[in-house]
Amino acid sequence: MTDQTSTPTAVSALDAAPPRPRWQVILIRPETMTFVLLVLAFIVSSSISPYFLDINYILSSFTLYAEFSIVALVLTMVIIAGEIDLSPAANMALSACLFAWTYQATQSMPLAILVGLGAGIAMGAFNAVLVIGMQLPSIIVTIGTLTLYRGLAQIIAGDQSIRLPDYFIGINNDLWLGVPVPVIIFVVVTIALAFFLGATIWGRQIYQIGTNEVAAQHAGIRARRIKFMLFLAMGFASAVAGMMTASRLGSVRYDLGLGGELQMVLMAMLGGTYIFGGRGTILGTFLAAWLLSVISTGMLTAQWLPATQLCVLGLLLIISIVATNLIYSRTQR
Amino acid sequence: MAEAAADTPLIAARGISKSFAQIEVLRDVDLDLRRGEIHALLGENGAGKSTFAKILAGVHRPTRGTLKLNGEPVEIPNPIVAQRLGITLIHQEPISFPDLSVAENLVLGRTRGSPLGRVPWAQMTREARELMDLLGVRMDVTKPMRGLSIADQQMVEIARALASDSRLIIMDEPTAPLTPKEVDTLFAIARRLRDEGRTIVFISHRLEEVRALCDRVTVFRDGNKIATEEIGKLTDADIIRLMIGRPLREYMHKSRAEIGEVALKVENLTLPGTFRDVSFEVKKGEIVGLGGLVGAGRTDVARAIFGVAPATSGTVSINGRPVDIREPSQAIALGLAYVSEDRAVSGIFRTLSVEENITAAIPRKIAPGGIIRGALEKALASESVRKLRIRLASLRQPIGELSGGNQQKAILARWLLTDPSVLILDEPTRGIDIGVKAEFYEMIGELAAGGRAILLISSELPELLALCDRVLVMSEGRLTANIARADATQEAIMSAAVPRSTQAVAA
Ligand SMILES: Nc1ncnc2c1ncn2[C@@H]1O[C@H](COP(=O)(O)OP(=O)(O)OP(=O)(O)O)[C@@H](O)[C@H]1O
Ligand SMILES: [Mg+2]
Repeated sequence: MTDQTSTPTAVSALDAAPPRPRWQVILIRPETMTFVLLVLAFIVSSSISPYFLDINYILSSFTLYAEFSIVALVLTMVIIAGEIDLSPAANMALSACLFAWTYQATQSMPLAILVGLGAGIAMGAFNAVLVIGMQLPSIIVTIGTLTLYRGLAQIIAGDQSIRLPDYFIGINNDLWLGVPVPVIIFVVVTIALAFFLGATIWGRQIYQIGTNEVAAQHAGIRARRIKFMLFLAMGFASAVAGMMTASRLGSVRYDLGLGGELQMVLMAMLGGTYIFGGRGTILGTFLAAWLLSVISTGMLTAQWLPATQLCVLGLLLIISIVATNLIYSRTQR
Repeated sequence: MAEAAADTPLIAARGISKSFAQIEVLRDVDLDLRRGEIHALLGENGAGKSTFAKILAGVHRPTRGTLKLNGEPVEIPNPIVAQRLGITLIHQEPISFPDLSVAENLVLGRTRGSPLGRVPWAQMTREARELMDLLGVRMDVTKPMRGLSIADQQMVEIARALASDSRLIIMDEPTAPLTPKEVDTLFAIARRLRDEGRTIVFISHRLEEVRALCDRVTVFRDGNKIATEEIGKLTDADIIRLMIGRPLREYMHKSRAEIGEVALKVENLTLPGTFRDVSFEVKKGEIVGLGGLVGAGRTDVARAIFGVAPATSGTVSINGRPVDIREPSQAIALGLAYVSEDRAVSGIFRTLSVEENITAAIPRKIAPGGIIRGALEKALASESVRKLRIRLASLRQPIGELSGGNQQKAILARWLLTDPSVLILDEPTRGIDIGVKAEFYEMIGELAAGGRAILLISSELPELLALCDRVLVMSEGRLTANIARADATQEAIMSAAVPRSTQAVAA
C-alpha cells in the first residue's frame, strides 16, 4: 500500500480516487425511471389502440395537456426551491375570465390580453407576499388562494360561458411545420427553462435555496427575492396557459382547468422532482408530461370511467413520490 | 448471554474494510476495545475515524471484516441492532429531531407509551430532568431542540446515550463545541462510566484532551490503522508523527504585518436580550481575537455585523464608511466574509457537489453574465482543494460525503474565494486536524499580512494567544476586556470571560 499523505502533494487523493461510474450516475437518476415508464406506456397503449403508432395523433392529443404541462415546468422550479404552488389552475381560470370579460366589454384584444396577464402576475404576487413577506407555509397559502381565485372567477363569469372572437379560437389546430402550436410552445419553454435551471447562476441558486435556505442566505444568495420571482413566474405562466386553454375551448367558464393542480404536481413528481426541494429537473417534468398525456389518452381511448382515471392518477402521484424519495434517500448515504 | 472471560475484549474488530463507490476509506483494521477503558481514535481529517465509529454503530456496513462482541461474532446491520447490543454513537453532526422537545429526544425510541398510545409526559419529563442533572447541565427539558445552543444540543446527545444504558459509547468529536467547564463535566462522567465497566471511544483532534482522558489511543492514517498504544507510552511528537507521517511545523506568530487604517468599526451595537453596547475596531492587517465562553454572545455579534440577524441599535462602519447591513448579500458586497460556527445548519448544502459548495458565494466570478462557466468554476474549486488540502474523491461528490474536517475546509475555501477585506471567522478550526491547523494559522497570518482585517472568534485559548494582535473578551453579552498581545495570557482571558455573578460566588 503506498502512503499518500507522506508525500507533500496531498492532492493525489483527487487523482487516485475515481468518481462514481457513469452508468451508475445515469441509472439512479429519477428521470431514467420516467423515461422507462414513458416507453412502457407507449408499448401498452399502442397494443390497446393502433392510434398510438401515429405521431400526429400523439401530438394532437398532447394539446389537451400542453397548458398544464407548461405551468408544470415552472412549478418544478418552485418545488425545487422548497415551496409549492397549488393555485395555478384557479389562476388560469380567473385570468382567463378577466381576459374574456375585458374583451367582451371593450372589444379590444390587446387590452384584454394585458388585463389577463396582469391579473395572473398579480395573483402570483399575492401568493408571494403571503408566503415570503408574511412567512406563511406555501401549501396552506396556495390552498387558500386556489379556492379564492376560483371563487372570484365564478363571481365574474357566473355560470355563463363567455364567447371569444373566431380569430382567437383554435390554437390547438394551428400547425407549424406540422406540429400543433401548443406543443411547440411547450418545447420552447422546456428548452429555455432547462437552460435557465441547468446553466445559469440563478438556476443553481434555486437548487441551493431548496437544499438549505439558511446556508443559502449566509452565502449571500437572495433567497427571498428569487422565490418571489418564482411565484410571479408562476402567475405569468398560469395566465398564458389560461388564455391558451380559452383559445382551445373557444369560450371561457369559471371551471376552466378545474383540477389542473393535481396534474401539474403529478407531472413534477413523476419527473423526479423531490417534494422537499433541492432536486429535480426540467427534463424530468418534460418526459413526465408526455407520460401523463399518453396514459390519460390511453385511458380515454379505452373508455375508462372518469372516476377510475382519477384513481389511476392519484395512485401514480403516490407511487412517484415514494419512488423519488427512495431513490434520493439511497443516493444520500 | 453469558459474560465472557474478563480479558476478552468487548469488541474485537478484524480486517474491517469499507469502500464507498469503489474508494476504500478503511483498510483491514484490527482493533480490540477492552471493557472499562477509554479509547481514543486519532487521525487526520478523512483518515476514517468516523467511518470506523459508524461501522461499530451499524450506520455503515463494512465491505469486509468481522466484529466480535464479548467473543461472539456479531452482525450490526443497523443502528437499532447496535442500540440493542448496547452500542451508542454520538454523532459528529448532531442528528436530533429539532422540533421535538429535549425530553422527547432523550427518550426517543425507548418508551413505547401505554397500550392506548398515550405518552407518559410527566414521567418522561422527570426522567429527562434527572438525566440532565446527572450531567450537571441546567436546561428546560420541555423546550424544543431547535432553540438550543450547539453545546446544549451536544449535551442532549450525550444524555441520550446515558439514557439507553450502553456498554459501548462512541463520542465523535463531542468536545468541539463545549466550554472548558462542560468538557470537565463530560470527562468526569466519562470516567465514571468507565469505572462502571463501560467502554468509551473518544474521537478528538485535541491531544491535550486525549491525554487527560484516555487510557489507550489508536491512530488512523489514510484508512489504515497505524498503531494502538497506551497513552503513557507515546509523546505528543510520537502521536503527531504517527498521524501525519512527518514532523509538525511549529506555528510562529505572523511576520509583522503592516497595521493600517480601521477596516471594521463597531459602535454601541445592541440587540436586546443578546448583547449590549458592543464597541470595537479591527484595523487592516490586524488579527483581533474574540474570546469568551460558549453562549457569551460572540456569534450573535458576528451575525449582527454580517446582517443575518441585524442589531437594533448601534453603528457599523466598513473602511470608514457607516453602513447599514440588512442581509448577508450586502455584507458580501461590502467585502465582508463570515465563516459561521454551525457548519451543518448555515454552511453546507449537504446533497450538492463540493464544487458548488465552494463557489456558492462568488456567483459573479463563476458566472459572468449569469451563465455558469464550468471550466472557470472547476479551476477555482480545484485550486482551493489543493491549497487547503481538502480530501475528496471528486469535485462532483456531494459535500455530505466528506469527513467533518474536510467539509469545514470547503466552507473556509468558499469564503477565501470571495477575497474579503474583513474576514470574520467563528470557530474556524473546529474539527480540523493538527497538521492542517498549523497551515491554517499560517494562512490567516498571510491574509492579515495582505492587508485584510480579521476577527477571530475562538474558544481555544492557545489559538487566540498564538494568532491575535489583540484579544477582546465577551461575557454575558458585553465586551469585558480588550487585551493587547503583550498582556494576553490564558488567565487574563479566562477571568474576563467568566460571568460576574459566578465570579462573585467564586470570590
Ligand atoms: N457516505 C460517504 N460516501 C463517500 N465517501 C465517504 C462517505 N463517508 C465518508 N466518506 C469518505 O471516507 C473518508 C473517511 O471519512 P471519515 O468521516 O471517517 O473521516 P474522519 O477520520 O472522521 O475525519 P474528520 O476528522 O474530518 O472527521 C473521507 O475521505 C470521506 O470523504
Ligand atoms: Mg469525523
